[in-house]
Amino acid sequence: MSRADGAGPVGTAGAAGSPADAAGTSGAVARITGLVAALRAHGFGIGTGETVDAGLALEAVGFADRERVREALAATLLHGEGQRTVFDQVFDLYFPLGAAPESAEAYENTATDLAALRDRLAEALTAGDGAALDRLAAEAVGGFGGYGSGPESDGWSSYQTLSRLRPETLLARVRDRLRAAATAEDPEFTERLLDDEIRRRIEAFRERVRTEARRRVAERQGRDRVARRAVAGTADGVDFLLAGRAQLDELRRTVRPLARKLATRLAARRRRAARGEIDLRRTLRGSLSTGGVPVRPVLRRRRPRRPELVLLCDVSGSVAGFAQFTMLLVQALHDQFSRVRVFAFVNRVDEVTGLIARGAADPAGLGDRILAEAELTGWHGQSDYGTALGEFAERYAEAVGPRTVVFVLGDARTNGADPNLSALRLIADRARRVHWLNPEQPSLWGTGDSVAPAYADLVEMRPCRNARQLGALIGRLLPV
Amino acid sequence: MTTGFFTSVDDVAERLATTGYLASPAVATTVFLADRLGKPLLVEGPAGVGKTELAKAVTAVTGARLVRLQCYEGVDESRALYEWNHAKQLLRITAGRGETWDETRTDIFGEEFLLPRPLLTAIRSEEPTVLLIDETDKADVEVEGLLLEVLGDFQVTVPELGTITATRRPFTVLTSNASRELSEALRRRCLFLHIGFPEEELERRIVTLKVPGLDAALAASVVRVVGALRAMDLRKVPSVSETIDWARTLLALGADRLDERVVRETLGVLLKHREDIVKAAAKLDLDAV
Repeated sequence: MSRADGAGPVGTAGAAGSPADAAGTSGAVARITGLVAALRAHGFGIGTGETVDAGLALEAVGFADRERVREALAATLLHGEGQRTVFDQVFDLYFPLGAAPESAEAYENTATDLAALRDRLAEALTAGDGAALDRLAAEAVGGFGGYGSGPESDGWSSYQTLSRLRPETLLARVRDRLRAAATAEDPEFTERLLDDEIRRRIEAFRERVRTEARRRVAERQGRDRVARRAVAGTADGVDFLLAGRAQLDELRRTVRPLARKLATRLAARRRRAARGEIDLRRTLRGSLSTGGVPVRPVLRRRRPRRPELVLLCDVSGSVAGFAQFTMLLVQALHDQFSRVRVFAFVNRVDEVTGLIARGAADPAGLGDRILAEAELTGWHGQSDYGTALGEFAERYAEAVGPRTVVFVLGDARTNGADPNLSALRLIADRARRVHWLNPEQPSLWGTGDSVAPAYADLVEMRPCRNARQLGALIGRLLPV
Repeated sequence: MTTGFFTSVDDVAERLATTGYLASPAVATTVFLADRLGKPLLVEGPAGVGKTELAKAVTAVTGARLVRLQCYEGVDESRALYEWNHAKQLLRITAGRGETWDETRTDIFGEEFLLPRPLLTAIRSEEPTVLLIDETDKADVEVEGLLLEVLGDFQVTVPELGTITATRRPFTVLTSNASRELSEALRRRCLFLHIGFPEEELERRIVTLKVPGLDAALAASVVRVVGALRAMDLRKVPSVSETIDWARTLLALGADRLDERVVRETLGVLLKHREDIVKAAAKLDLDAV
């Protein structure tokens, strides 16, 4: 990291230092290299060459239009759309919107001011006026987002701003205004879309407030620090165990594109696996007609037989997000296999294959439906791997055969119960392969009530902490 | 270095608009940069947002020649770069019976027997050229290696002839649907542009432009409904091309405003999966489909 940091500034200085207005560029160079360093800290692979390109690009488009600066940097520094959210947040820190109106500081947190601000906000939301919303976000954070008093402890909070301003409660007001403004004919079909549209506008305003709060904190604490810490990473890098609801929703939207990529990768592997093996017997037989010289090697024909897959998932609270994501992913890949069966457990096992097939239409409610419709808990609600594995080996042993690959998903935390290693051994003996994906990092395996090492002795256990790792693992481990 | 097609970002936007391509600020800025920096432009985005159309529009406004390489599974060097005309070489060898081998050899690996394919054609072209490498993600990984030399330095090495360097850089556009991750090495050599679904206002202008004769209020409603559908969690959300199709359908049906019946009957133009239609109908409060 430090070497890359060192290389960045040198390269950019050489490139962007060439234009005439040298006075302005030195600041710009520092901005670009700072931005690049912050992006690298978020795991973006940006080389010196790209930093130079970014400088050249800014020289070409100039600094007059902020959105153009943003697009120019995005075009030169990014390699994929997944990086865009992080980039936008970091960009807002390094190239902030013009200085906020300082009068905002003078706002007093009185009820009248709040009411007045809400009024103006409703108006701006009605008009959908982006510039006005930006201004209002700045005022709101200035007026209601400040906390603390000392230079060490004070800061700006978007949460505090939003919970005082409560923009979501403006829905009805904005709706009425929009209705009044509409040409008063009979109700249009698009009327019914109105609420959702307003909700999207309000959400966009909330995001503006968050950006503004981050910017102010950055002014106070130093940009580099905030850029590293306050900007959320890309969705596929979020730890399954730490992901919030919004992040899981975002992950869920990536299931289908990811499945498509994996299917392409599997098809490529299958194609590669289908050629190359020489059938010695038939090659020698064929060589008789050419005097024993094997002129035409005969390749072994592969039977087009697709493997079977069994997924055994812990869906208890702590690892539910991970399990659901994987279930949806496997369901989206189902045409790659001759058969996919999915079992869920907490401390009892039940088959949920049908639930998931139907659940593809409404992935958000999948978790609740599994818990509601499948019989997963016995006397208590805690996960118990030993009992669940035992029950699986007993009731569903016929699901596992020599062509089956079994994936077990869970953190192997048995809440102190017996791990029942013999049940897992039985499954491993019957199956072609058993892989265990553990959403915890390996350093935590075996700590507390985790029996991961014991299970890892019997089957291959791999850490799988975020969607990126899962995609890579599935692409590699799935049988072809 | 530059291809020298455009003078400013506004110039890009204005000139593309004359061919009926309304560029968002992001598109205009990036196209201008690709032109100014002389780098290839990698365009990603959902199907039907006008990725290929962008290359065609640039071709049209600059009066350049379009060279197109359509990638597919199994496309290889001899389809993408160049090939020797073996049949003609054989004829040449048979025709020159009296010659020594050395004479023949230098002769049959000459210009006359070279069959240039799109990449070589674009590199050698003297006139302004737009090189479109379409659906790059469909090609195999090996082809990407081939593209690295071509796109990095705009040169092609033919062992028998030496290295051919572009005298005039083609304006290069690669498109991808992201069915496979392109390699980092390739991405590094390109400017990256993601074309997403346009903003409401822009899409309204696109619809009005592409479907003349459509009532402005109806166009606005159409775009709003499509926007609502995109916010839903569907298998395949409607793209710009579907919006235009829908607008055309409504025009053909003579509908002058949206109502429940019209939407219900034409939802199939926008959504291509049964389950999506059911879900959208429920969310839009349509009665049974």
